[in-house]
Amino acid sequence: MKPLVPVPAAARVILGVGFFAMFVGVWAAVTYSGYVPPLFLASPGQALLSGWSLLTEYGFLGDIAVTIWRVVGGFVIAAACGVPLGLLMGTFKPVEAFFEPFVSFARYLPASAFIPLLILWVGIGETQKLSLIFIGSFFQIVIMVSVIAGGTRMDLVEAAYTLGAKSRGVLRRVILPASAPLVMETLRLVLGWAWTYVIVAELIGASSGIGHMIMDSQRLLDTGQMIFGIVVIGLIGLATDFLFKALNRWLFPWAAL
Amino acid sequence: MSNKTLRIAGVTRTFPGRGKAGPTLALQPTDMTAAPGEFIAILGPSGCGKSTLLRIVAGLDQPTAGSVTLDGAPVTAPGADRGMVFQSYTLFPWLTVAQNIRFGLQERGVPEAEQQAIAARFIARTGLKGFENHWPRQLSGGMQQRCALARALANDPEILLLDEPFGALDHQTRELMQELLLEIWEADRKTVLFVTHDIDEAIFLAKRVVVMSARPGRIKADVPIPLPYPRDWTMKTSAEFGALKARLMGEIREEVRKAAAAA
Repeated sequence: MKPLVPVPAAARVILGVGFFAMFVGVWAAVTYSGYVPPLFLASPGQALLSGWSLLTEYGFLGDIAVTIWRVVGGFVIAAACGVPLGLLMGTFKPVEAFFEPFVSFARYLPASAFIPLLILWVGIGETQKLSLIFIGSFFQIVIMVSVIAGGTRMDLVEAAYTLGAKSRGVLRRVILPASAPLVMETLRLVLGWAWTYVIVAELIGASSGIGHMIMDSQRLLDTGQMIFGIVVIGLIGLATDFLFKALNRWLFPWAAL
Repeated sequence: MSNKTLRIAGVTRTFPGRGKAGPTLALQPTDMTAAPGEFIAILGPSGCGKSTLLRIVAGLDQPTAGSVTLDGAPVTAPGADRGMVFQSYTLFPWLTVAQNIRFGLQERGVPEAEQQAIAARFIARTGLKGFENHWPRQLSGGMQQRCALARALANDPEILLLDEPFGALDHQTRELMQELLLEIWEADRKTVLFVTHDIDEAIFLAKRVVVMSARPGRIKADVPIPLPYPRDWTMKTSAEFGALKARLMGEIREEVRKAAAAA
Protein backbone atom coordinates (compact mmCIF):
# COMPACT_ATOMS: atom_id res chain seq x y z
CA MET A 1 0.00 0.00 0.00
CA LYS A 2 1.18 3.47 -0.91
CA PRO A 3 -0.16 6.59 0.81
CA LEU A 4 -3.03 8.36 -0.99
CA VAL A 5 -2.97 6.10 -4.06
CA PRO A 6 -6.59 5.49 -5.13
CA VAL A 7 -8.05 1.99 -5.10
CA PRO A 8 -9.71 0.53 -8.23
CA ALA A 9 -13.53 0.57 -8.19
CA ALA A 10 -13.94 -3.22 -8.13
CA ALA A 11 -11.45 -3.65 -5.32
CA ARG A 12 -13.22 -0.97 -3.33
CA VAL A 13 -16.54 -2.77 -3.54
CA ILE A 14 -14.94 -6.07 -2.57
CA LEU A 15 -13.16 -4.49 0.39
CA GLY A 16 -16.28 -2.66 1.57
CA VAL A 17 -18.51 -5.72 1.33
CA GLY A 18 -15.71 -7.80 2.82
CA PHE A 19 -15.78 -5.99 6.11
CA PHE A 20 -19.56 -6.36 6.34
CA ALA A 21 -19.17 -10.10 5.71
CA MET A 22 -16.42 -10.35 8.32
CA PHE A 23 -18.55 -8.48 10.84
CA VAL A 24 -21.50 -10.84 10.34
CA GLY A 25 -19.08 -13.80 10.35
CA VAL A 26 -17.68 -12.90 13.78
CA TRP A 27 -21.19 -12.28 15.04
CA ALA A 28 -22.31 -15.70 13.77
CA ALA A 29 -19.24 -17.40 15.21
CA VAL A 30 -19.67 -16.06 18.75
CA THR A 31 -23.42 -16.71 18.83
CA TYR A 32 -23.75 -20.10 17.07
CA SER A 33 -20.80 -21.51 19.02
CA GLY A 34 -22.61 -20.65 22.25
CA TYR A 35 -19.72 -18.46 23.35
CA VAL A 36 -22.22 -15.63 23.93
CA PRO A 37 -25.60 -16.86 25.24
CA PRO A 38 -28.74 -15.83 23.28
CA LEU A 39 -29.95 -13.86 26.30
CA PHE A 40 -27.27 -11.27 25.60
CA LEU A 41 -26.90 -11.52 21.84
CA ALA A 42 -29.14 -13.20 19.30
CA SER A 43 -27.56 -15.00 16.36
CA PRO A 44 -27.87 -13.45 12.87
CA GLY A 45 -30.47 -16.04 11.95
CA GLN A 46 -32.48 -15.36 15.09
CA ALA A 47 -32.34 -11.62 14.44
CA LEU A 48 -33.64 -12.17 10.91
CA LEU A 49 -36.45 -14.41 12.17
CA SER A 50 -37.40 -11.86 14.80
CA GLY A 51 -37.34 -9.21 12.15
CA TRP A 52 -39.62 -11.25 9.91
CA SER A 53 -42.15 -11.68 12.69
CA LEU A 54 -41.89 -7.99 13.55
CA LEU A 55 -42.67 -7.07 9.99
CA THR A 56 -45.43 -9.60 9.38
CA GLU A 57 -47.12 -9.85 12.79
CA TYR A 58 -46.43 -6.63 14.65
CA GLY A 59 -46.68 -3.99 11.92
CA PHE A 60 -43.06 -2.92 12.26
CA LEU A 61 -43.25 -1.16 8.89
CA GLY A 62 -45.62 1.30 10.53
CA ASP A 63 -43.04 1.98 13.26
CA ILE A 64 -40.36 2.53 10.65
CA ALA A 65 -42.59 4.96 8.77
CA VAL A 66 -43.39 6.90 11.95
CA THR A 67 -39.71 7.18 12.88
CA ILE A 68 -38.67 8.28 9.39
CA TRP A 69 -41.45 10.87 9.43
CA ARG A 70 -40.18 12.24 12.76
CA VAL A 71 -36.54 12.39 11.70
CA VAL A 72 -37.30 14.02 8.38
CA GLY A 73 -39.83 16.40 9.93
CA GLY A 74 -37.55 17.62 12.73
CA PHE A 75 -34.56 17.73 10.44
CA VAL A 76 -36.29 19.68 7.69
CA ILE A 77 -37.53 22.27 10.19
CA ALA A 78 -34.04 22.57 11.70
CA ALA A 79 -32.44 22.90 8.26
CA ALA A 80 -35.05 25.39 7.01
CA CYS A 81 -34.28 27.66 9.99
CA GLY A 82 -30.59 26.84 10.48
CA VAL A 83 -29.25 27.16 6.94
CA PRO A 84 -30.50 30.74 6.31
CA LEU A 85 -29.35 31.89 9.75
CA GLY A 86 -25.97 30.25 9.25
CA LEU A 87 -25.56 31.88 5.84
CA LEU A 88 -26.42 35.30 7.25
CA MET A 89 -24.01 34.81 10.15
CA GLY A 90 -21.18 33.73 7.89
CA THR A 91 -21.81 36.60 5.49
CA PHE A 92 -22.53 39.53 7.81
CA LYS A 93 -20.10 39.80 10.68
CA PRO A 94 -22.38 41.89 12.97
CA VAL A 95 -25.03 39.16 12.69
CA GLU A 96 -22.34 36.63 13.57
CA ALA A 97 -21.17 38.70 16.55
CA PHE A 98 -24.77 38.84 17.77
CA PHE A 99 -25.67 35.14 17.52
CA GLU A 100 -22.40 33.25 17.56
CA PRO A 101 -21.67 33.24 21.33
CA PHE A 102 -25.17 32.00 22.15
CA VAL A 103 -25.20 29.37 19.40
CA SER A 104 -21.78 28.10 20.50
CA PHE A 105 -23.13 27.77 24.02
CA ALA A 106 -26.40 26.20 22.95
CA ARG A 107 -24.84 23.55 20.76
CA TYR A 108 -23.12 22.05 23.79
CA LEU A 109 -26.42 21.62 25.63
CA PRO A 110 -27.13 17.89 25.50
CA ALA A 111 -30.34 17.50 23.52
CA SER A 112 -31.42 14.41 25.41
CA ALA A 113 -31.30 16.35 28.69
CA PHE A 114 -34.20 18.40 27.34
CA ILE A 115 -36.52 15.39 27.22
CA PRO A 116 -38.00 15.86 30.72
CA LEU A 117 -38.50 19.57 30.08
CA LEU A 118 -39.96 18.95 26.64
CA ILE A 119 -42.43 16.44 28.08
CA LEU A 120 -43.44 19.08 30.59
CA TRP A 121 -43.76 21.76 27.93
CA VAL A 122 -45.29 19.97 24.96
CA GLY A 123 -46.32 16.56 26.28
CA ILE A 124 -45.27 13.23 24.84
CA GLY A 125 -46.78 13.68 21.39
CA GLU A 126 -45.11 14.30 18.06
CA THR A 127 -44.18 17.87 19.01
CA GLN A 128 -41.82 16.53 21.66
CA LYS A 129 -40.03 14.25 19.17
CA LEU A 130 -39.73 17.00 16.57
CA SER A 131 -38.57 19.51 19.18
CA LEU A 132 -35.84 17.20 20.41
CA ILE A 133 -34.50 16.63 16.89
CA PHE A 134 -34.73 20.35 16.25
CA ILE A 135 -32.73 21.20 19.39
CA GLY A 136 -30.17 18.55 18.56
CA SER A 137 -29.70 19.61 14.91
CA PHE A 138 -30.44 23.32 14.66
CA PHE A 139 -27.44 24.75 16.51
CA GLN A 140 -25.01 22.37 14.82
CA ILE A 141 -26.34 23.32 11.40
CA VAL A 142 -26.14 27.05 12.19
CA ILE A 143 -22.55 26.95 13.35
CA MET A 144 -21.30 24.71 10.54
CA VAL A 145 -23.10 26.62 7.79
CA SER A 146 -21.80 29.93 9.13
CA VAL A 147 -18.23 28.61 9.03
CA ILE A 148 -18.75 27.39 5.45
CA ALA A 149 -20.25 30.70 4.28
CA GLY A 150 -17.52 32.65 6.07
CA GLY A 151 -14.91 30.61 4.24
CA THR A 152 -16.10 31.66 0.79
CA ARG A 153 -13.10 32.47 -1.42
CA MET A 154 -12.47 36.19 -1.04
CA ASP A 155 -11.14 36.50 -4.60
CA LEU A 156 -14.47 35.26 -5.99
CA VAL A 157 -16.32 37.82 -3.88
CA GLU A 158 -13.98 40.56 -5.09
CA ALA A 159 -14.39 39.45 -8.70
CA ALA A 160 -18.15 39.77 -8.26
CA TYR A 161 -17.74 43.29 -6.87
CA THR A 162 -15.60 44.37 -9.82
CA LEU A 163 -18.33 43.04 -12.11
CA GLY A 164 -20.81 45.39 -10.50
CA ALA A 165 -22.39 43.15 -7.86
CA LYS A 166 -23.61 44.66 -4.57
CA SER A 167 -24.02 42.96 -1.16
CA ARG A 168 -27.25 41.24 -2.18
CA GLY A 169 -25.79 39.93 -5.42
CA VAL A 170 -22.67 38.70 -3.64
CA LEU A 171 -24.75 36.79 -1.09
CA ARG A 172 -27.17 35.36 -3.63
CA ARG A 173 -24.84 34.71 -6.56
CA VAL A 174 -21.49 33.99 -4.91
CA ILE A 175 -21.70 33.00 -1.25
CA LEU A 176 -24.83 30.87 -1.69
CA PRO A 177 -23.68 28.78 -4.67
CA ALA A 178 -20.12 28.57 -3.36
CA SER A 179 -21.36 27.20 -0.03
CA ALA A 180 -24.09 24.94 -1.35
CA PRO A 181 -22.12 21.68 -1.82
CA LEU A 182 -20.50 21.88 1.61
CA VAL A 183 -23.82 22.82 3.20
CA MET A 184 -25.33 19.69 1.69
CA GLU A 185 -22.45 17.65 3.10
CA THR A 186 -23.15 19.20 6.50
CA LEU A 187 -26.82 18.31 6.26
CA ARG A 188 -25.89 14.73 5.40
CA LEU A 189 -23.75 14.59 8.54
CA VAL A 190 -26.35 16.21 10.81
CA LEU A 191 -29.08 13.92 9.48
CA GLY A 192 -27.06 11.04 10.92
CA TRP A 193 -27.09 12.71 14.32
CA ALA A 194 -30.82 13.37 14.02
CA TRP A 195 -31.30 9.59 13.86
CA THR A 196 -29.72 9.16 17.29
CA TYR A 197 -31.98 11.86 18.73
CA VAL A 198 -35.17 10.33 17.37
CA ILE A 199 -34.36 6.97 18.93
CA VAL A 200 -33.60 8.62 22.27
CA ALA A 201 -36.89 10.51 22.03
CA GLU A 202 -38.73 7.27 21.29
CA LEU A 203 -37.10 5.35 24.13
CA ILE A 204 -38.93 7.67 26.51
CA GLY A 205 -42.63 8.36 26.26
CA ALA A 206 -43.50 6.99 22.85
CA SER A 207 -46.12 4.51 21.75
CA SER A 208 -44.76 3.89 18.28
CA GLY A 209 -41.52 4.04 16.33
CA ILE A 210 -38.35 2.00 16.09
CA GLY A 211 -37.06 3.22 19.46
CA HIS A 212 -40.33 2.28 21.10
CA MET A 213 -40.11 -1.22 19.61
CA ILE A 214 -36.55 -1.62 20.91
CA MET A 215 -37.74 -0.57 24.37
CA ASP A 216 -40.60 -3.10 24.21
CA SER A 217 -38.25 -5.86 23.13
CA GLN A 218 -36.03 -5.17 26.13
CA ARG A 219 -38.90 -6.01 28.42
CA LEU A 220 -39.21 -9.36 26.67
CA LEU A 221 -35.41 -9.81 26.57
CA ASP A 222 -35.73 -10.34 22.82
CA THR A 223 -32.24 -9.40 21.66
CA GLY A 224 -33.11 -10.56 18.14
CA GLN A 225 -35.74 -7.86 17.77
CA MET A 226 -33.52 -5.22 19.31
CA ILE A 227 -30.70 -6.03 16.95
CA PHE A 228 -33.04 -6.11 13.98
CA GLY A 229 -34.33 -2.67 14.95
CA ILE A 230 -30.80 -1.28 15.25
CA VAL A 231 -29.76 -2.80 11.93
CA VAL A 232 -32.81 -1.31 10.21
CA ILE A 233 -31.75 2.14 11.42
CA GLY A 234 -28.27 1.51 10.05
CA LEU A 235 -29.65 0.44 6.69
CA ILE A 236 -31.93 3.46 6.45
CA GLY A 237 -28.94 5.66 7.30
CA LEU A 238 -26.89 4.00 4.58
CA ALA A 239 -29.69 4.49 2.06
CA THR A 240 -30.12 8.19 2.88
CA ASP A 241 -26.37 8.62 2.60
CA PHE A 242 -26.44 7.20 -0.91
CA LEU A 243 -29.41 9.40 -1.77
CA PHE A 244 -27.67 12.50 -0.48
CA LYS A 245 -24.52 11.72 -2.41
CA ALA A 246 -26.46 11.08 -5.62
CA LEU A 247 -28.42 14.29 -5.07
CA ASN A 248 -25.19 16.24 -4.60
CA ARG A 249 -23.70 14.84 -7.79
CA TRP A 250 -26.85 15.80 -9.63
CA LEU A 251 -27.15 19.28 -8.10
CA PHE A 252 -23.46 20.23 -8.30
CA PRO A 253 -21.97 18.75 -11.46
CA TRP A 254 -19.43 21.59 -11.47
CA ALA A 255 -17.93 20.43 -8.19
CA ALA A 256 -17.63 16.74 -9.10
CA LEU A 257 -14.18 15.31 -9.76
CA MET B 1 -13.17 53.31 -26.48
CA SER B 2 -12.71 54.82 -23.06
CA ASN B 3 -13.29 58.54 -22.65
CA LYS B 4 -12.70 59.17 -18.98
CA THR B 5 -9.47 60.28 -17.34
CA LEU B 6 -8.24 58.42 -14.30
CA ARG B 7 -6.41 60.51 -11.71
CA ILE B 8 -4.53 59.07 -8.79
CA ALA B 9 -3.61 61.89 -6.42
CA GLY B 10 -1.43 61.45 -3.34
CA VAL B 11 -2.68 57.90 -2.79
CA THR B 12 -1.03 56.39 0.28
CA ARG B 13 -1.64 53.09 1.98
CA THR B 14 -0.54 52.08 5.45
CA PHE B 15 -1.47 48.68 6.82
CA PRO B 16 -2.14 48.71 10.56
CA GLY B 17 0.35 46.83 12.72
CA ARG B 18 -0.47 43.54 14.39
CA GLY B 19 0.62 42.91 17.97
CA LYS B 20 3.98 44.51 18.63
CA ALA B 21 4.77 45.13 14.96
CA GLY B 22 4.18 48.73 13.97
CA PRO B 23 2.14 49.80 10.97
CA THR B 24 3.56 49.04 7.53
CA LEU B 25 3.76 51.72 4.89
CA ALA B 26 2.99 49.90 1.64
CA LEU B 27 2.52 52.81 -0.69
CA GLN B 28 4.09 56.26 -0.44
CA PRO B 29 2.05 59.20 -1.77
CA THR B 30 1.55 58.34 -5.41
CA ASP B 31 0.35 60.50 -8.26
CA MET B 32 -0.50 59.22 -11.69
CA THR B 33 -2.82 60.12 -14.52
CA ALA B 34 -4.08 57.78 -17.18
CA ALA B 35 -5.41 59.42 -20.31
CA PRO B 36 -8.46 57.83 -21.96
CA GLY B 37 -7.44 54.74 -23.90
CA GLU B 38 -3.91 54.63 -22.55
CA PHE B 39 -2.19 51.30 -21.88
CA ILE B 40 -0.02 51.64 -18.77
CA ALA B 41 2.09 48.86 -17.30
CA ILE B 42 2.96 49.12 -13.63
CA LEU B 43 6.25 47.32 -13.18
CA GLY B 44 7.90 46.55 -9.89
CA PRO B 45 9.45 43.88 -7.65
CA SER B 46 7.17 41.67 -5.50
CA GLY B 47 5.74 43.40 -2.48
CA CYS B 48 6.29 46.90 -3.87
CA GLY B 49 2.64 47.87 -3.50
CA LYS B 50 1.74 47.71 -7.19
CA SER B 51 -1.16 45.37 -6.56
CA THR B 52 -2.24 47.54 -3.63
CA LEU B 53 -2.38 50.53 -5.96
CA LEU B 54 -4.46 48.56 -8.47
CA ARG B 55 -6.82 47.34 -5.75
CA ILE B 56 -7.33 50.93 -4.59
CA VAL B 57 -8.24 51.96 -8.14
CA ALA B 58 -10.63 49.00 -8.28
CA GLY B 59 -12.21 50.16 -5.01
CA LEU B 60 -11.38 46.86 -3.30
CA ASP B 61 -9.02 48.63 -0.90
CA GLN B 62 -9.24 52.11 0.60
CA PRO B 63 -6.31 54.54 0.53
CA THR B 64 -5.11 55.86 3.89
CA ALA B 65 -4.75 59.24 2.24
CA GLY B 66 -5.22 60.70 -1.22
CA SER B 67 -7.89 60.10 -3.81
CA VAL B 68 -8.71 58.31 -7.02
CA THR B 69 -11.04 60.04 -9.43
CA LEU B 70 -12.54 59.06 -12.75
CA ASP B 71 -13.31 62.22 -14.72
CA GLY B 72 -13.51 64.05 -11.42
CA ALA B 73 -15.89 61.59 -9.74
CA PRO B 74 -14.26 60.02 -6.67
CA VAL B 75 -13.79 56.25 -6.64
CA THR B 76 -14.77 54.81 -3.25
CA ALA B 77 -16.17 51.36 -4.00
CA PRO B 78 -15.84 48.70 -6.67
CA GLY B 79 -18.02 49.15 -9.70
CA ALA B 80 -18.73 47.82 -13.17
CA ASP B 81 -16.90 50.77 -14.76
CA ARG B 82 -13.59 49.27 -13.61
CA GLY B 83 -13.29 45.66 -14.74
CA MET B 84 -10.58 43.52 -13.23
CA VAL B 85 -8.74 40.31 -14.03
CA PHE B 86 -6.88 38.71 -11.13
CA GLN B 87 -3.76 36.59 -11.04
CA SER B 88 -5.65 33.74 -9.34
CA TYR B 89 -8.34 31.93 -11.31
CA THR B 90 -11.54 33.65 -10.27
CA LEU B 91 -14.12 32.23 -12.64
CA PHE B 92 -17.19 31.16 -10.68
CA PRO B 93 -16.83 27.37 -10.65
CA TRP B 94 -20.61 26.81 -10.59
CA LEU B 95 -21.19 28.80 -13.78
CA THR B 96 -20.34 27.72 -17.31
CA VAL B 97 -18.06 29.82 -19.51
CA ALA B 98 -21.03 31.62 -21.08
CA GLN B 99 -22.73 32.15 -17.69
CA ASN B 100 -19.50 33.54 -16.22
CA ILE B 101 -19.23 36.05 -19.06
CA ARG B 102 -22.85 37.10 -18.50
CA PHE B 103 -22.44 37.54 -14.72
CA GLY B 104 -21.92 41.30 -14.75
CA LEU B 105 -24.59 41.85 -17.41
CA GLN B 106 -27.12 39.99 -15.27
CA GLU B 107 -26.19 42.06 -12.22
CA ARG B 108 -26.87 45.19 -14.22
CA GLY B 109 -30.19 43.91 -15.52
CA VAL B 110 -29.23 43.84 -19.20
CA PRO B 111 -32.03 42.15 -21.23
CA GLU B 112 -31.56 38.42 -21.80
CA ALA B 113 -31.22 38.62 -25.60
CA GLU B 114 -28.59 41.33 -25.35
CA GLN B 115 -26.68 39.28 -22.75
CA GLN B 116 -26.59 36.34 -25.15
CA ALA B 117 -25.36 38.51 -28.00
CA ILE B 118 -22.63 40.18 -25.94
CA ALA B 119 -21.47 36.87 -24.48
CA ALA B 120 -21.32 35.31 -27.93
CA ARG B 121 -19.26 38.21 -29.21
CA PHE B 122 -16.66 37.97 -26.46
CA ILE B 123 -16.56 34.19 -26.62
CA ALA B 124 -15.61 34.57 -30.27
CA ARG B 125 -13.08 37.33 -29.63
CA THR B 126 -11.27 35.36 -26.91
CA GLY B 127 -11.28 32.15 -28.93
CA LEU B 128 -13.58 30.24 -26.58
CA LYS B 129 -16.03 29.08 -29.26
CA GLY B 130 -17.09 25.51 -28.57
CA PHE B 131 -16.41 25.89 -24.84
CA GLU B 132 -19.49 27.96 -23.95
CA ASN B 133 -21.00 25.24 -21.83
CA HIS B 134 -17.84 23.97 -20.15
CA TRP B 135 -17.28 24.31 -16.42
CA PRO B 136 -14.19 26.31 -15.45
CA ARG B 137 -12.52 23.22 -13.99
CA GLN B 138 -12.59 21.68 -17.48
CA LEU B 139 -10.50 24.53 -18.92
CA SER B 140 -6.73 25.05 -19.02
CA GLY B 141 -5.23 27.98 -17.13
CA GLY B 142 -4.88 30.03 -20.30
CA MET B 143 -8.50 29.45 -21.27
CA GLN B 144 -9.67 30.36 -17.79
CA GLN B 145 -7.86 33.68 -17.99
CA ARG B 146 -9.22 34.33 -21.47
CA CYS B 147 -12.69 33.73 -20.07
CA ALA B 148 -11.95 36.05 -17.12
CA LEU B 149 -10.85 38.70 -19.62
CA ALA B 150 -14.02 38.19 -21.65
CA ARG B 151 -16.08 38.44 -18.45
CA ALA B 152 -14.48 41.78 -17.56
CA LEU B 153 -14.80 43.13 -21.12
CA ALA B 154 -18.44 42.08 -21.49
CA ASN B 155 -19.33 44.74 -18.93
CA ASP B 156 -17.83 47.37 -21.27
CA PRO B 157 -15.80 49.02 -18.47
CA GLU B 158 -14.11 52.41 -18.77
CA ILE B 159 -10.92 50.94 -17.33
CA LEU B 160 -9.49 47.47 -17.40
CA LEU B 161 -7.41 46.56 -14.33
CA LEU B 162 -5.15 43.58 -14.85
CA ASP B 163 -3.28 42.25 -11.82
CA GLU B 164 -0.59 39.95 -13.22
CA PRO B 165 -3.30 38.13 -15.15
CA PHE B 166 -0.85 35.86 -16.96
CA GLY B 167 1.43 35.32 -13.95
CA ALA B 168 0.36 31.73 -13.36
CA LEU B 169 0.62 30.66 -17.01
CA ASP B 170 3.49 28.94 -18.76
CA HIS B 171 5.73 31.04 -20.97
CA GLN B 172 4.26 30.07 -24.36
CA THR B 173 0.66 30.50 -23.27
CA ARG B 174 1.63 33.79 -21.73
CA GLU B 175 2.97 35.14 -25.02
CA LEU B 176 -0.19 34.11 -26.85
CA MET B 177 -2.28 35.83 -24.18
CA GLN B 178 -0.23 39.01 -24.55
CA GLU B 179 -0.92 39.03 -28.28
CA LEU B 180 -4.63 38.45 -27.67
CA LEU B 181 -4.76 41.31 -25.18
CA LEU B 182 -2.95 43.63 -27.58
CA GLU B 183 -5.33 42.73 -30.37
CA ILE B 184 -8.31 43.54 -28.14
CA TRP B 185 -6.78 46.77 -26.89
CA GLU B 186 -5.83 47.92 -30.38
CA ALA B 187 -9.44 47.42 -31.45
CA ASP B 188 -11.21 48.81 -28.35
CA ARG B 189 -8.71 51.36 -26.97
CA LYS B 190 -9.81 50.96 -23.40
CA THR B 191 -7.70 52.43 -20.62
CA VAL B 192 -5.63 49.58 -19.22
CA LEU B 193 -3.61 49.39 -16.02
CA PHE B 194 -1.51 46.26 -16.21
CA VAL B 195 0.45 45.18 -13.13
CA THR B 196 3.40 42.89 -13.82
CA HIS B 197 6.93 42.10 -12.74
CA ASP B 198 7.85 40.87 -16.22
CA ILE B 199 9.86 43.52 -18.09
CA ASP B 200 9.31 42.04 -21.58
CA GLU B 201 5.60 41.86 -20.98
CA ALA B 202 5.48 45.48 -19.85
CA ILE B 203 7.41 46.76 -22.89
CA PHE B 204 5.59 44.60 -25.40
CA LEU B 205 2.13 45.67 -24.25
CA ALA B 206 2.27 49.15 -22.82
CA LYS B 207 2.43 52.65 -24.19
CA ARG B 208 3.94 53.75 -20.90
CA VAL B 209 5.72 51.78 -18.20
CA VAL B 210 5.54 53.07 -14.63
CA VAL B 211 8.34 51.61 -12.54
CA MET B 212 7.76 51.28 -8.82
CA SER B 213 10.38 51.21 -6.11
CA ALA B 214 10.79 48.52 -3.48
CA ARG B 215 8.52 48.78 -0.44
CA PRO B 216 7.39 51.28 0.58
CA GLY B 217 6.33 51.72 -3.04
CA ARG B 218 6.51 54.93 -4.97
CA ILE B 219 6.71 55.74 -8.65
CA LYS B 220 10.37 55.78 -9.50
CA ALA B 221 10.29 56.22 -13.25
CA ASP B 222 7.71 56.81 -15.94
CA VAL B 223 9.04 55.46 -19.22
CA PRO B 224 7.19 56.00 -22.51
CA ILE B 225 7.41 53.08 -24.92
CA PRO B 226 7.61 54.60 -28.41
CA LEU B 227 7.15 51.31 -30.29
CA PRO B 228 4.33 51.75 -32.81
CA TYR B 229 1.06 49.83 -32.67
CA PRO B 230 -0.03 47.39 -33.97
CA ARG B 231 2.78 45.46 -32.39
CA ASP B 232 3.70 41.89 -33.06
CA TRP B 233 6.06 39.39 -31.52
CA THR B 234 8.95 40.17 -33.91
CA MET B 235 9.42 43.47 -32.09
CA LYS B 236 10.66 41.60 -29.05
CA THR B 237 13.98 41.07 -30.81
CA SER B 238 14.37 44.62 -32.20
CA ALA B 239 17.21 46.91 -31.11
CA GLU B 240 14.77 49.49 -29.78
CA PHE B 241 13.08 46.85 -27.62
CA GLY B 242 16.50 45.77 -26.35
CA ALA B 243 17.46 49.31 -25.40
CA LEU B 244 14.21 49.82 -23.49
CA LYS B 245 14.69 46.50 -21.76
CA ALA B 246 18.22 47.41 -20.71
CA ARG B 247 16.99 50.66 -19.23
CA LEU B 248 14.10 49.09 -17.32
CA MET B 249 16.26 46.20 -16.12
CA GLY B 250 18.64 48.72 -14.60
CA GLU B 251 15.81 50.45 -12.79
CA ILE B 252 14.31 47.22 -11.53
CA ARG B 253 17.52 45.46 -10.50
CA GLU B 254 18.34 48.22 -8.08
CA GLU B 255 14.89 47.88 -6.47
CA VAL B 256 14.98 44.10 -6.31
CA ARG B 257 18.34 44.35 -4.59
CA LYS B 258 16.93 46.81 -2.06
CA ALA B 259 13.93 44.58 -1.45
CA ALA B 260 16.21 41.57 -0.92
CA ALA B 261 18.38 43.56 1.50
CA ALA B 262 15.33 44.70 3.46
CA ALA B 263 13.91 41.19 3.76
